[in-house]
Parts: sequence; C-alpha cells; structure tokens
Amino acid sequence: MSSSKLMLASEAVKRFVNSGDCLSIGGFTINRNPMALIYEILRQQVKDLHVVMHSGSQALDLLIGAGRVSLLEIAYGANGRLASTCIRFRKAIEQGTLKVEDYTNYQLTLRFMAGAMGVPFLPTYSSLGTDIIERWGFSPDMRSSNPQLPGKKLAVTEDPFSDKASQVVLVPAVNPDVALIHAQKAAEDGTVRLEGLTFADIEQARASKHVIVSCEELVSPAELRKESWNNSIPHVLIDAVVHQPLGAHPTACYLHYDYDMAHLLKYKELADDDDQFETYLKEFVLDIDCHDDYLKLIGTKQLKSIKASPELGYARRDSNL
Amino acid sequence: MKIEYSPLEMMAIACSRRIQDDDIVFCGTGLPLLGAMTAKKTHAPNCVVFFETGALDPALFEIPLSVADSRVMHGASHDGGLADAFAFMQNRFSGPKVLGLLSGAQIDMYGNLNSTAIGDSSKPTTRLPGSGGACDVASLVGRTMVFMKHERRRFVEHLDYLTSPGWLQGGTSRQEASLIRGGPVAVVTTLGVMEFDGSTKRMYLSTHYDNMSVEEIARNTGFKLDVSRAKQESSPTPEELDVLRTEVDPLGLILN
Repeated sequence: MSSSKLMLASEAVKRFVNSGDCLSIGGFTINRNPMALIYEILRQQVKDLHVVMHSGSQALDLLIGAGRVSLLEIAYGANGRLASTCIRFRKAIEQGTLKVEDYTNYQLTLRFMAGAMGVPFLPTYSSLGTDIIERWGFSPDMRSSNPQLPGKKLAVTEDPFSDKASQVVLVPAVNPDVALIHAQKAAEDGTVRLEGLTFADIEQARASKHVIVSCEELVSPAELRKESWNNSIPHVLIDAVVHQPLGAHPTACYLHYDYDMAHLLKYKELADDDDQFETYLKEFVLDIDCHDDYLKLIGTKQLKSIKASPELGYARRDSNL
Repeated sequence: MKIEYSPLEMMAIACSRRIQDDDIVFCGTGLPLLGAMTAKKTHAPNCVVFFETGALDPALFEIPLSVADSRVMHGASHDGGLADAFAFMQNRFSGPKVLGLLSGAQIDMYGNLNSTAIGDSSKPTTRLPGSGGACDVASLVGRTMVFMKHERRRFVEHLDYLTSPGWLQGGTSRQEASLIRGGPVAVVTTLGVMEFDGSTKRMYLSTHYDNMSVEEIARNTGFKLDVSRAKQESSPTPEELDVLRTEVDPLGLILN
C-alpha cells in the first residue's frame, strides 16, 4: 500500500499549484467544479494562470474575475440557464483583458486524450469549414515564447489513408501542470471513484503532471478495491487527496447535493458590477480561512435545501421552490 | 373555441412533431429539450434523448437547466463522458441516426450558426458562451434542427463568427469541406419553420404560425427569404399543449 496523500486543501495548493502554471479544471458547467480548491488558489494569491478546459462555469468565472487568468483555451463559458454566458468571462473578453482561443468540447477532450496517450495530436472531422479553424486567439510570438502553448492552434491536413481528397482536423496534445478534480469518493492512497457522468475528468487527470482530487467521502483503499472496475482514476496518478464535503458548492455533486440556484442567481447579479463582485470575492473567498467556514456563511438551512434525494441524486424542485 | 398558446409553446410543439420514434436526439437545454420531451410523451415514445456530457436515455423527471445537470444522470441507460458522446456522433454507424437540436445567436441563409461573439471576435461587443459541443454536433451528426428567435438582427447576411457549420456556402460546399454527413433540415423560430432547398441549400419558409403574415416574416429576416412555398403550421392540439404544460414543464422554468 502506498503512503497517504491525504492533506488539507491549503497544503495541496501550496505544494502543487504555482503562479504561471497551466491549469485544467474538472467538472462541466454547473456540476462538480472543484470549488474548495479554487477558493484556496484565490486565497493563496496564485496568479498568471493559463487555464485549459472545455465547459467552464463558476470556478473559471471566479479565477477570471479575480484577475488570475492570463491565457484561456476553452470551448464554453456558461452557468447553464443560470447565466447564459459567464459574467466575468464575458466582461474580461469584451474589455480585452483576457487572451482566449476558442475550441470545441470534443476538440478539447481530444487534446486531453492526446496528452494522456503521449501522442502529439488526434484527428477529428469537427469544425471543418468554420471560424474555429480560421480564427486564432494567440499571436506567433506568444506561441513561440510559451512552451505550454501549441505552435499552431490546429492543423487541417489530408487523410493519408484515403484515396479521396478528404481533409481532417488535427488538434494538438495538451499536458497541463495541474488538474483539479472534485469526486464523490476517494481513498487516501489516491484511488478515485466518480459517480454519474465523468465529463472529461479522467482525460484531464491522465494528461496532467500533477492531480489534486477533493472528495465528498473519504473511504478506505480496501473498500474501493472491492469493486476496482468501478474506480475512475488509479492511485498512482494522484498527488493529493483533500477530504472536503460540499467541496463543489455552489455547483452540484450528483448523489450528494444540487447546484445552489439561489446562490448562483445572486452571484450573477453581483458579478455584473465590478465593486459588488469584489465585495462578493472578499466576503465568500478571500476573507475566509477555509471551506468549512465558507459553508457556515452559506448556512445550514440553505445547504439542507439542496441536499440530494437518495432516490434521484438531486434535490426535488417542488420541495424547495 | 380558439386555443391560446405562446410562440415558445408553438416552437416546442413544432419541434416535437418533427422528431421520429426511431430518432436518437441530441439535446441542449431549453426549448429543444421541451420539444424532445413532448415528442417522447406523445407520438415518439421510443426516441432516445442524449447529451454531450455523456448521459444517454435518462429518466428526466424534472427539466435539466444545463446539460451537466444531475437531472440528466438519474435513471440513464449510460452515464459516460464527453469522449463517448462525441465519438458516438462521429461514428459511421451511430452518427447518421442522430438528430441534433441546436440554437445560436445568429444564423445565415445556409443555416450556419454563431454562438461565439458579436462584433470583431478578437475584441467583441458581446461575447457569447462559445461553441461548447455545438460545432461538434453540427459537424458530425446525421441531421440537425435549429431553434432561433426570429429577428432581423439574428437572421443575417454575414455571421460575425461561424461557430457551427450548416450548409456552409450552399450547394455542395459542405461535402467539399470534407464534412462527412449531416447539415440542418429545419429552423424552428418564433414565427415559423424554415427548411433548405434541395440543391441550392438556401433557407426558405416552409410553414408559418398564425401570429404573423408571410410578408412580415420576410421583413423580419435580414436576408432574402423565399416565402412562396409556405403553408400554415397547424395549431397545437389540446393534447400537445396539455403534455407540454402539465408533464414536461409544469413549473414553467423554460416556458415562462
């Protein structure tokens, strides 16, 4: 049995996340964002981040709003129907303070997969004939001076196996410095079990140099090994395990709690104003010591209202509307 | 007696009618999902709904507000990930069976969509969420249906950014770009349903609702729209409206 990787969020971020890093954030829009880890990154003043992810929402929006993201490779930024475009993401791009390069969700999944497989690129037919191919967000100078950026956004080439003039799109591998994942279950040796949709978390974790996992439930390695076929990421790939119940709040965690609609709607309103966003950031993140104190601020009544029904895996709407 | 209904209800029902029992329906959230859920509860009980996040054929007791909502996971036949979902659409056997339901902020006469940015995309006046999986779906699946608010500023001659491919420049340009299949078959709007000419691939008005004349619809379109083939879309039946209002969206989360 390997030694314990269990540590506090503050220690995990201190050891494995540095300013200037290329970061990949797990989850998908309003589900399983690794919020406790993101709050800790914000508190520790980590900055100048290069974020690569597919469909971002609350975790991404806070990092951008706090001015910690310099480069972004992304497919989508929205909180589902609770913000049809992430507010601080939208403002930063409109104001020209954030450099962004647009891909599609499949292309980013393939970029992580290529990184995980150790191959330089993977092919797809997606985006032929579109501006995803034509318009690039980063200059050649930026590309040549940053080893984490691919030399080209993507390449269109002829299928070498076809006798027809058939084109394919090649998307470059990405190997982030750190992936941040929030899971339902993990063991102290690093074994991870995701329940429900895995999104692209497994590809993101396998592509990255370091992986920090926060989890709702800490279970024994022996327990997870009883059904090893249901485990999502093997322990050898994980650097740090953080036990943090409600670690994805205000986004959802299937079988544990729903997204906090009231909180996200309040955030949407506040984030639209620069000063009110700063106040939100101070009140809910920067002036707080740890995630458990944040949860006290949210309050037990609110947290109880989003608790998942054991039968459904989410909170029934008619019981909390 | 005349039945009262809203344009959104008409859109959901017009979509529902165009879904077949053997379709595998790729859904985003919002109106397209209402259309698919209505079809499933009326004439197409065997159609399978799936999401780019990897959820296939979920129970959908409540309306999901995002494709990553836990409501798409419960009771599903399979909860996988993005890699599974997009490979399923690109695959030569399963891809052609998929009907993709999409929407955008701008559309052109060939059904190409913009969901990335309004204005110059390097410093846009309005930044939109981006492709997400929309470009992948529009590129890969057998056929797509698009949902649009029918306004002149949205039906444009030139897109500010071409996020998701429709018929590209029309004619055979889609195949010439090496896109392996697919293309939009219908655009369901707040005023009617557009289809695409078999050879030019230009959009024309196929059916209109009873809320506006075809001339007015043409005036609300930012490019020349052929309305000569338009028929009237039949009004929602009491059954369709009842299913939509009481079973699909009883809390009015999308319809209101």
